[in-house]
Amino acid sequence: MPQWFALRGATEGVDTAWLTWVEGLAAPPRIVVVVMASPNTYAIAGNRFGLGLRPDSNAAVDPQRDLVAQFARFEARPAVIADLPGSAEMARQFREYLVSIRPFLKANGMAASVMAGDNASAANPPVIDEAAIRKSLRQQYQDNYGRQARARIAAALTTPAPFPERLVHFWANHFAVSADKLQTLGLAGTLEFEAIRPHIGGRFIDMLLAVERHPAMLLYLDQAQSIGPDSMIAEAARRRAARRQPGLNENLGREILELHTLGVDGGYGQADVQELARALSGWTIGGFVRAPVGIEAPDGAFVFQPAWHEPGPRTLLGKRYSQQGEAQARTMLADLAVHPATARHLAIKLARHFVADVPPPALVDRLAATHIATGGDLLAVYQVLVSAPEAWATPLPKFKSPWEWVISSLRAVGATTAPDLKIVGALNELGQPIWRSGSPAGWDDLAAAWAAPDALLRRVELAGRIAAVVGDRIDARALAPKVLPRVLSLGTTQAIARADTPQKGLALLLAAPEFLRR
Amino acid sequence: MMLNRRLFLGAAGAVLATPGLALAAAATDRRFVFIILRGAMDGLSAVMPVGDPAYAALRGAFGPPPNAGAALPLSSDFALHPALAEMGALYRKGEALFVHAIASPCRERSHFDAQNVLETGGTAAYALKDGWLNRLLPLLPSAREPAVAISPALPMALRGAAPATSYAPSQLPQADDDLLARVGAMYAGDPQLHALWNEAIDARTMAGSDATGKSNPAALGRLAATFLAKPEGARVAVIELGGWDTHSGQAGRLNAQLKQLDGTIAALRDGLGPAWADTVIVAATEFGRTAAPNGTGGTDHGTGGVALLAGGAVKGGRVVADWPGLAPAQLYDGRDLRPTADLRAMFAGLAAEQFGIDPARIARTVFAGETVRPLLGLVRS
Repeated sequence: MPQWFALRGATEGVDTAWLTWVEGLAAPPRIVVVVMASPNTYAIAGNRFGLGLRPDSNAAVDPQRDLVAQFARFEARPAVIADLPGSAEMARQFREYLVSIRPFLKANGMAASVMAGDNASAANPPVIDEAAIRKSLRQQYQDNYGRQARARIAAALTTPAPFPERLVHFWANHFAVSADKLQTLGLAGTLEFEAIRPHIGGRFIDMLLAVERHPAMLLYLDQAQSIGPDSMIAEAARRRAARRQPGLNENLGREILELHTLGVDGGYGQADVQELARALSGWTIGGFVRAPVGIEAPDGAFVFQPAWHEPGPRTLLGKRYSQQGEAQARTMLADLAVHPATARHLAIKLARHFVADVPPPALVDRLAATHIATGGDLLAVYQVLVSAPEAWATPLPKFKSPWEWVISSLRAVGATTAPDLKIVGALNELGQPIWRSGSPAGWDDLAAAWAAPDALLRRVELAGRIAAVVGDRIDARALAPKVLPRVLSLGTTQAIARADTPQKGLALLLAAPEFLRR
Repeated sequence: MMLNRRLFLGAAGAVLATPGLALAAAATDRRFVFIILRGAMDGLSAVMPVGDPAYAALRGAFGPPPNAGAALPLSSDFALHPALAEMGALYRKGEALFVHAIASPCRERSHFDAQNVLETGGTAAYALKDGWLNRLLPLLPSAREPAVAISPALPMALRGAAPATSYAPSQLPQADDDLLARVGAMYAGDPQLHALWNEAIDARTMAGSDATGKSNPAALGRLAATFLAKPEGARVAVIELGGWDTHSGQAGRLNAQLKQLDGTIAALRDGLGPAWADTVIVAATEFGRTAAPNGTGGTDHGTGGVALLAGGAVKGGRVVADWPGLAPAQLYDGRDLRPTADLRAMFAGLAAEQFGIDPARIARTVFAGETVRPLLGLVRS
């Protein structure tokens, strides 16, 4: 018999027959949760848990249960994404760039470690226009970034599973790789597509490992070049008295602890950061090292380079890790993934995203307890979230981020693509460019980050622009109750009805207070 | 010779200087401009039936603001709002006329529904899926006849199977003042948004009046003229002017609106140059407004209104009306100017005479109704 048991379906009052049945069980569950299906569930399931109702959205018989059922129909690799070049191709382009500028780097004493494909003769370096090559890569990456961003929008507009799709955006922000470094411009989107989508309803450890081993993360947080100071390759460099001695880079190790797992108050210290960084040394990507110096691997693919790894046992959070090689950091990540501080950190972020800027402590406790009890089973955590009465409270507690507002607006007008609206650029103007939070901490999930005077005016302007393009095909009076069931106010209804053009009516709907929130 | 050469260029896909806009050659010199006045213009203020004794009784001192100047007499029965000074000058030259007590078949008094009827040319809202101007395009002398809307998207009037394009000034327009005002009112009851909104508007105002997104209809007129004036350019254009929904403070607001309309037409005249002689401009709105003012210095949604025509090809200097009268018993539903003319009949007649097409064919093909009897005699032959 499970620890807890949920009853649902009651609209008014509790069906006591269920309780009698539960009490009569040979081993009654210790906790019985009665979920009241209120008339608001359709609206909340669609707008708070989903990405915004569409005019063609159908009400599920049980919207709450449907949220969990959506994981069965979620597409990890929809056609719009499958059509795009992946991280391997992006990494190949990056390696090509590094190879072609290598003589330039050598001439300027900036040469990195030995690199595959490096055939230039040092005696007779060709003249390299580094700026032109860099510009060309940036252009290729910029094109790919645009395609990836548009694919993300298309997936959000057409998904059969909006709740898991929203969680994709949530986790991509949790594991933010910002596309403002040259090496991440073409790669940031592939992290979401390749490391987050496949694990959206799986175990947290699997997502964590996929993210930390992904080329976007390894390059963004400088892990790909991190080399143990006592590793074989560092020893060799010392013997050669090389100009540049290889060394550790703590960046990824620190952010794993601070952002990805335990959280800033998670009880770790500088020594833990260094120990994790030492354990991670050797975690890099293929295409940058030639045999026999290192293990060759396909461009962009994760590879462990034993010769770069800092040998010896490590101690993290007081626990000794005597594993050899790659298994050492892997074991650390497995422990971190189910650490109580991690469970709490993730619980707070999930509750903040779905319930309120200041999340209810009781719900945070339940989410964290579920994470620990299930060994980080994300679907089990989401189930607690979906059954939480706190998550179904009205009025609308969350102020939509620009991304959420734009996507819900496009969904409300029935769009499946947005080619004419320059949405990728519009999100820059609204202050939330896709995959460009500017820091590994991602965007804040707080109203204070988005509810600002000029930002509000820009939303109204974009609402006007969207309405100018599609507004005369849409009767906002009929659309409003479809996309804002139960929460549509009399004031908004009247404002729309009094608009002197269909376009203005639609713009007012998209700018309405209840449409800016979820 | 020139015409043939341009036809060849057009067929070869000549692209004009305007980016992203390729226009095929036109086989007619006749130009047609449809100005959609969105929001319901008060026809009884634009063209005042001063000869009807009931008018003074209804409207009394409710009219143009005192500082706007004197109304311009059109005939013994009608006077023009002083803000329409350029239109008045055109009228005196025989290049403007007004069709009064006119309406679309829509009697719903809903902006959305009535604009849909105005643009689709149907008898009921949403009954037709394309615009009447679009259905007209294949009948024009050249099958490749281009049409252009000066707006970010094609208005309903130009939507349909025939090719038409829209063009907006390079920058997407900022939200217009009227939308900002409506949003401000909508946020009044929301403490968080109300405070943010006031701050935002204050900041914009300090940044300068242009930043509030004031539209410039005269610029729209100039822009439309550049498309139409080119020998190989567009022959059909649509311009949209919003802001006519004067439920309150009508005197000042309508004065400004009419000035903008007047400026748009003058800009078209100046920009078209010699092509003005071949041009018909028609400005129409979705419905008129109540005969009597309301309690807030404005007028509410009504029925019959006025259509304004201008252009060198217009047989102007006249007010065309089968005047129904404004006495209480004569009003439609006891409140509105009773329509005695059908906008669709006027559109059909204008299109037939302007482009030399059989009026019966236009009535049948474009307006799909036996009931439409094209209103003829408005265009110089």
